[in-house]
Amino acid sequence: MSSMAFLKRSPWILHYDASSCNGCDIEVLACLTPLYDIERFGIINTGNPKHADILLITGGINEQNRPVVKNLYEQMPEPKVVVAIGACAATGGIFRECYNITGGVDKVIPVDVYVPGCAARPEQIIDGVVTALGILEEKRMKMTGEATRPAAGVGEER
Amino acid sequence: MQTLLFLILFPILVACLLLFVKRTTSRYAVVALSALAIGGASVYLLVRYASGGAVYFAASSEATDIVMVAIEMALALFIIVMGVKFRNYLAIALAVVQAALVVYLETTFAGSLHAANNLFVDQFSIIMALIIGIIGSLIAVYGVRYMETYHHHHPEVRDRQRMFFFVIFAFLAAMFGLVFSNNLMWVFFFWEVTTIASFVLIGYSETEEATTNAFRALVMNLLGGVAFVAALIFLAATGPTSGGVDLALVLASGDAAVILVPAVLIGFAGITKAALMPFSSWLLGAMVAPTPVSALLHSSTMVKAGVYILVRFAPVFAGTFAGLSVGLVGAVTFVVASAIAISRSDAKSVLAYSTIANLGLIAACAGVGTYMLVWAAILLIIFHAVAKSLLFLGTGAIEHRIGSRNIEDMEGLIVRMPKMAVMMFIGIAGMFLAPFGMLVSKWAAIEAFVQAPFGLVFIAILAYGSAVTVFFWAKWMGKLVAVTRGTERIEKGFLEEPWVPLYITTAIVILVVFLFPVISTALIEPYVFVIYGMTAHLAQANVAIMLLMISLLLILPISFSLFRKSAKRLPVYMGGRPATPELQFAGSLGMTREAQTQNYYLTGYFGEARLYWPGAVVCIVLILASWVFAGVAL
Amino acid sequence: MNWLWLIGAVLFLVLAPVAGGLIAGIDRKITARMQGRVGPPILQPFYDVGKLFEKERVVVTTAQNFYVLAYLVFIALSGAIFFAGGDLLLTVFAFTLAHVFLVLGAYAVHSPYSHIGAERELIQVMAYEPMIILVVVGFYMVTGSFFVDAIAAATVPAIAYLPGVFIGFAAILTIKLRKSPFDISTSHHAHQEIVKGITTEFSGSTLAQIEIAHWYENIFLLGLVYLFFAWNPVIAIIAVAVTYVAEIYIDNVTARVRWQAALKSGWLAAALGIANLAILSYMMIGGA
Repeated sequence: MSSMAFLKRSPWILHYDASSCNGCDIEVLACLTPLYDIERFGIINTGNPKHADILLITGGINEQNRPVVKNLYEQMPEPKVVVAIGACAATGGIFRECYNITGGVDKVIPVDVYVPGCAARPEQIIDGVVTALGILEEKRMKMTGEATRPAAGVGEER
Repeated sequence: MQTLLFLILFPILVACLLLFVKRTTSRYAVVALSALAIGGASVYLLVRYASGGAVYFAASSEATDIVMVAIEMALALFIIVMGVKFRNYLAIALAVVQAALVVYLETTFAGSLHAANNLFVDQFSIIMALIIGIIGSLIAVYGVRYMETYHHHHPEVRDRQRMFFFVIFAFLAAMFGLVFSNNLMWVFFFWEVTTIASFVLIGYSETEEATTNAFRALVMNLLGGVAFVAALIFLAATGPTSGGVDLALVLASGDAAVILVPAVLIGFAGITKAALMPFSSWLLGAMVAPTPVSALLHSSTMVKAGVYILVRFAPVFAGTFAGLSVGLVGAVTFVVASAIAISRSDAKSVLAYSTIANLGLIAACAGVGTYMLVWAAILLIIFHAVAKSLLFLGTGAIEHRIGSRNIEDMEGLIVRMPKMAVMMFIGIAGMFLAPFGMLVSKWAAIEAFVQAPFGLVFIAILAYGSAVTVFFWAKWMGKLVAVTRGTERIEKGFLEEPWVPLYITTAIVILVVFLFPVISTALIEPYVFVIYGMTAHLAQANVAIMLLMISLLLILPISFSLFRKSAKRLPVYMGGRPATPELQFAGSLGMTREAQTQNYYLTGYFGEARLYWPGAVVCIVLILASWVFAGVAL
Repeated sequence: MNWLWLIGAVLFLVLAPVAGGLIAGIDRKITARMQGRVGPPILQPFYDVGKLFEKERVVVTTAQNFYVLAYLVFIALSGAIFFAGGDLLLTVFAFTLAHVFLVLGAYAVHSPYSHIGAERELIQVMAYEPMIILVVVGFYMVTGSFFVDAIAAATVPAIAYLPGVFIGFAAILTIKLRKSPFDISTSHHAHQEIVKGITTEFSGSTLAQIEIAHWYENIFLLGLVYLFFAWNPVIAIIAVAVTYVAEIYIDNVTARVRWQAALKSGWLAAALGIANLAILSYMMIGGA
C-alpha cells in the first residue's frame, strides 16, 4: 500500500484568509481555475478542516483569528502540512508594525512551506504546494512507522 | 369455549377486585398476576385453536341478551347525566337517538335478533386476542407504576386510580368480547362499552381540556354507534337474505347488494372508532389522557376494533365502488395524517397522527379487500399494535423522567437515558424501517394494491405517504441519538422505572420480525384462504434476506466496542470558532452564545392548518359516496 | 440448484467498488473537459479513497463510525440483493434503511452543519422516494414481476411502456447521484454549502467508507437504468452511458436549487410517473 503514495496524489486543501488583504487569496483561487487547473493533481478545495491535508493560509493573523487558526489546525487530521502564502503569512509583510497584526503564521501554528510574494504568483503557489506534498509524504511515512531505507528500524508506532 | 368465557369474564372480576385495592404494591401484584393469567390464556387459545379454522359456539342465553340491553340503557343514562352535568347537548342528543334506535330494534324485531352461534374463534380472533391479551396486559402492568408517578407529578388531579384500573380491565373484557362475538348485537354491545371506557379514561384528569376532549371522542364514537344500530335494524329487517345479526351468515350471504348497506354503515362506525378523517380530531384530543390510556385504547386496541370490523367485512367490500370509497378514505387519511405528523414537535401528537395514518392504511387495504390486501392488513394490525405501544410506553417513561414530551427536549437521550433511547430507537425503527414489521406490511400492501382494481390510485397515495413517514420518524431518531456533551445520565434504577413491560415489549418488537413468517403461515394465511380460496405469502427468498438484515442489525452494534479506543477526539466544526463541548462559543459583542440544533417542522408546508381541511373535505365526500354507492347497488 | 443469484451478489460486492470508482473518475474527467480543463487522472477516486484510509483516525464521537459502517454494509447488501435478482421493492427499502443510518450518523455528532445536512438529506429521501416506488410498480406492470431477474429477462422493452416513468426517474437520479441542481445535502465536487453538509464531521476512513458506499449505490442506479432497456443489452449499455453523460451535463449547467424546489421537483417527477402508469393501466385494461 505504502508504495502507492496516495497522499501525494490526492491532497485536499483548506484555504483560510487570516487577515489578508485578499491579494494572495485571489491568486490561490486563480490556481483552481481552468487556466492553472490544480485539480489535475487531484487537489480539491474542501472548506472543511476535517477533510483537508494542506492548510493554505494567507495574511498576518490578528487577535480575532488567532484562536480560529489554532482551531482549524487542530481539527485537521494527521498527516497535515501548513503552507504560508505571501509575505504577510511569512512575517507580517508590510503590515508587520501594525498593532493588531501578530506577524506571521508561524507565531501560532507550525509552518512547513513559505511561499514568498506580495501577492504570490499562482506558479509560485503551485510550486509551494508541490514542495508541501513531499513534506506531507515524509510525515505520513513517519506516522505509519515506515522508513525510507529498507533496513531501518520499527520507527514510531501509533 | 371455556377459554373464551375466561378471557371475557376474568378481566371483569379483576376489574371489580381492583375497585377495592388501594395500595400501589398490592395493585401491582394483582395486575401483574392477572396479566400473566390473561396472557397465558391468550397463548393457550392460540395453541388450542390455531389449527383448524373457525370454531363456533352457541353460548346462547336469554339472560345475556337482557343484561346487555339493560347495560346499554344504563350507559345511555350515564351519558345523558354527564351531558347534562357538562352541558354537552350533542352527546345527550346522540345518546338518546342511539338508545331510541336500540329500543326500536329490540321491540320491532324481537324474534330475529338471535344468532345460531353467539361466540366463535378463528385465526383472526386469535391474533386480536393475542394483541389484547399480551400487549394489553403489559400496558396494564406498566400503568400501575406510571399512575403512581403521574399522581406524584400532578397532585392537583383527584386520585381515582381504583376507578381507572376498573375501567382498564373492563375495557380488556369488552375487547375480548368484541373479537369473539359472532352475534352482531353482542359486537355492538362491546363496542359501546369501549366507547364509554374511552370517554371515562380521557376525562380522567377532570381538567376542562380533558373533559372537552372526552366529549369530542364520545360524540364521534356515538355517531358511529348510531350508524351501527341502523345497520343492525337493516340486517334484522332483511333477515332471511342478509343473514340477520349472525356475522358468519352475513359474510356468507349470497346477496351482495343487500349486505353492502349494513357493511357500509358498520364500516362508518369503524371509521369513527379508528379516527379516520374527518374524525381524526378526537384521537388527537385523546392524547391528554395518561399514557397507558393512549397506549392501550388509542393505539393498540380500541382503535384496532374499528379496523378489525372493517377487515372482517373486507370480503363484502371487495370489488364494489362503496368499498373503494371506504378504502380511499383510509388512503387519504394515511397520506394527510403522515404529512401533518412532520409538523408536530409533541411526541404524543406525532404518535397519534402516525396511528391515524396507519389505521388509514389498514382501512385502505380492507376497503379494496382482495385476498392479498387482507393478508397485508392483518400484518399491519399486528406490527402496528406492537411497535406503537412500545413507543407510547417509552414516551410516557421519558416524560416522567425529563419532564417534557417535546421531541426537541429528547435531544441527546442516548446519553441521558441510554436504555430508554435504545428502546425508542427500536420502536421507531419498527415503524418504518426494513426489515421490521411495519415496513414489511407496507411492502405487502404495495405489492397487493398493484394487483387490485384501481390499485394505482392507492399506490400513488401510498408512495407519497411512505416518503413522508421516513422524514418524521428519522428526524425523531436523530434527536435521540445525538451524542450531546456535558449531559449526565439521569436514568434511574430498576425499581423506579417500569422496566419489565418495556423490555418485554421491545423483545416482542424484535421477535415478531423473526416470527412473522411463522405467524403468516400458521394464522394469517389459513384465515385468508378460508375466505377467498387463495392466499398470499412472502417469498422465501425475501424472508431469508430479511432474517439476514435483522441479524446484521443485531450484530453490528458490537462494532461499537471495536471503535471505542483507537480514535482521537476532535471538536465539532463551528466555522473555526473555538467552542466548548456544549457548543458554547464567543459570539459577537463579546457575548457567549450557544449553538442549538432544531429539527425542521416545516409547518408552513405540512402544518395542520394547511392540510387538515382539504383532507377532511375529501374524506367526507368519499364517505357520502360510499353510502350512495351502497344505496344504488340496492 | 440455481446459484446465479449468489454469483451476481458476489460479483457485485467485489467489482462494484472498482467499477464505481472508475465511473467516478470518468465523471470528473468529462466534467473537467466540459469546463475547459484537463482534469484529474481517471484513477483519481481510488487515490482519494486510498489517501483517506491513510489519515489519522479521528472522530467527534465514536458512535458516528458505527452508523457509517452500518450505512456501508446496508448499501452493499441492498445492491447485492438487486444484482442477485431479488425483489426490487425490498432493494429500495433496504437502501432507505442504509440512508437513514447515514443520516443518524450525522445527527449523532451533534454539530450544526451536520445537523442541517442530515435534515436536507432526509428531505432528499422524501423527494425521491415516491418516484422510485413508482419505478418498481411500473416494472411490475410491464413485466408482471417484482423480481429483478424476471424483469431483466423480459422480452418487452420496458422503456416503450414507461417513458414518463423513465423521465421521472432521470430527474430523481440527479438527486440520488448528488448532482446539481439537487445536491442539497452534500455535494460531490468542491462545491460547498453548509460546509460539507452531512459529511462535515466525517474524516479519514469514515469518509472513505461513505465514498465507497456512494460507488456501490451508483452501480445500482445505473443497473436500474439498464433495466428499462434490458430487452436489448447493447442498447441498454449505450442508454446507461448516455443517461450518465446527460446527468454530468445537467450537473455542469445548473446551479443548486433551494430545498423546496428540490422537493417539489421530486414529487412532480412522481406525478409524471403516475400519469404514465395511469395511461398504461388504462391501455392494459382496454387491451387485456
